[in-house]
Amino acid sequence: MQTLDVHVADEAPPAPPIERLGDRLFRWITTGVGLAVTILLLVVSVFLLVKAGPALSKAGVHFFTEKQWFPDLEPAKFGVAALVFGTVLSSVIALVIAVPVAVGSALYVSEYAGPAAGRIVGWLIELLAAVPSVVFGLWGVLFLQPRMIPMQRWLAHHLGFIPLFKNPDNQFGGSMLLAGVVLALMVLPIVAAVTREVFAQVPNELREAAYGLGATRWEMIRTVVFPFGRNGMIGAIVLGLGRALGETIAIALVLAATYDVSFRITRPGGNTIAANIATKFGEAGSIGRSALVASGLLLFAITLVVTIVARGVVTRQARFAEGRP
Amino acid sequence: MTDLLTHGRLQRWQAAVSAGAGVAVAAGLFAITPMQGRADFVVVGYACAVAGYLVTAARIEGRRQAVDRFFHALIVTAVATCLLALGAVLVYTAVRGADALKPSFFSNTMDGVGVRDTTGGAYHAIVGTIEQVLLASLLAVPAGLLVAIYSVEYGRGRLATILRTTVDVMTGVPSIVAGLFIYAFWVLGLHQGFSGFAAAMALALLMLPIVVRSAEEMLRLVPTTLREASYALGVPRWRTVLSVVLPSASAGITTGVMLAVARVTGETAPLLLTSFGNNVTNTNPLKGPQSALPLFVFQQAGSAFATAVTRAWAGALTLIVVVLVLTTIARLLTRRNRLAT
Repeated sequence: MQTLDVHVADEAPPAPPIERLGDRLFRWITTGVGLAVTILLLVVSVFLLVKAGPALSKAGVHFFTEKQWFPDLEPAKFGVAALVFGTVLSSVIALVIAVPVAVGSALYVSEYAGPAAGRIVGWLIELLAAVPSVVFGLWGVLFLQPRMIPMQRWLAHHLGFIPLFKNPDNQFGGSMLLAGVVLALMVLPIVAAVTREVFAQVPNELREAAYGLGATRWEMIRTVVFPFGRNGMIGAIVLGLGRALGETIAIALVLAATYDVSFRITRPGGNTIAANIATKFGEAGSIGRSALVASGLLLFAITLVVTIVARGVVTRQARFAEGRP
Repeated sequence: MTDLLTHGRLQRWQAAVSAGAGVAVAAGLFAITPMQGRADFVVVGYACAVAGYLVTAARIEGRRQAVDRFFHALIVTAVATCLLALGAVLVYTAVRGADALKPSFFSNTMDGVGVRDTTGGAYHAIVGTIEQVLLASLLAVPAGLLVAIYSVEYGRGRLATILRTTVDVMTGVPSIVAGLFIYAFWVLGLHQGFSGFAAAMALALLMLPIVVRSAEEMLRLVPTTLREASYALGVPRWRTVLSVVLPSASAGITTGVMLAVARVTGETAPLLLTSFGNNVTNTNPLKGPQSALPLFVFQQAGSAFATAVTRAWAGALTLIVVVLVLTTIARLLTRRNRLAT
């Protein structure tokens, strides 16, 4: 579980005045392991780059513009355009659904519930985080998909004038919307946990001041809790985005994989980088696997940027909460 | 406050009556218009009940109180949605899994089992999961602890910053990318082929940041006075860390480790690329493809045959029970942790 533990360089623990031989050895060993972990990650990233090479050089610029995925055919025709689009679209749908629910339940725990009820709700949401993604996928296909068809049909028929919900083929099933809902359940616990922690840091004096001025509970939340926790909430959302972008197995099971770029989220189809790796890996040839590695490299790069942004925002929140500049 | 002085308070019976009126309106709508369906009625009825309640609140208590009540209702709805979703996942999995589980599931393998056979089980997958998770813990826990000790004890300067960034980056690595790392490095790069050990390495990559984070946090909580007492007795620093600081933080560290184990036990994506899957029992994690429980569920779930899907549910229930038990024990340990306040 990712949480808000950012340590802004704190003071070193006390050390005895003399460093003995054993101490020096100990320092070397721990430093060595730290160094080894860093180097290992670097080496492994280089290998990823090297193994992506053949596919990247074969596809060239088309790797970023081509939508289809036939890396093992001659002539090969493959690219990540549709995959990147699907990855971003499904994550955005997930966040649109998950963020209000997560923030709402975090507010419930920090502002409305008593300590006992708050602990129970917090614990139950944590259980949701523990459910393995393959179980979410299985549940999504066999439980949620049939139950969401009426809802999607309703959206397509009554709100079909909005291009997002338009569904001219009138077929329903493994759509981006379904994938988004399943993803939403998976990112919800992270967003809820981090926002809850942020809300818990709001000083009670501020709350009492707002109540003293005659604010209702909601007015207090709007004028005190939200402004105080703004950075933390943004950080939580970005962390959730990072999780959603990389989710693999649930999407691979739920989504009817197609390689097109379409905003029609009630229509079955679409694909994501991660799910494509899971479904295509078994049958792929050597160029096919290299192409999958290349797409994974891109996913890594995207999540790297997202993680760094999230860290930055969360660190700012931590400094702010501690009253540091 | 002015609202409360100039307006009345909404009484319980008024709230109940207005919510009831909302439900009645919804029932009327379902009788007259083409709306139908039980689930639809629950949703529309709930919305109408809340609307009725809010309209009454606005008339009696004024706008500001009604807005407050509106958001209170929204927040309660959000919590209910969370719990409903959790309930739906757990209950449905439990029901389908309980139907599908039989003792032979734990003793049979998929060796020579056809798609339509009702025999077959996950013995081979369970063996694989146990070996892979154990190996992953053996790799990740000592390394994670040492990294955490370094970061807390000596972690100042450039290397510490780089290491902290590395761990941050690792927290954000998607599990499929962890699998690709090991695939590119170990399976392809060093020509080691698919194996349970490769899977364990990928899982260890995912465990490491969790272990480091929780251990760091706990080590920082150990009171300075404990260390000073140890130093005063002439104990060198390394022994102080190993026999005073670490044991005091052990409850919290164990929680972190168990949460990490729970998380990777359910991971499927990295295994696809590293241990690949197998229908027969392969007890040697160092050589040849090996199955694992999540992988088994994924492969059975992808089949179009009901017999396979049944096996998937049995596997899913087993998996979810293992993971939830681990998570719950970890939580209970937190309560006994005297360092965490």
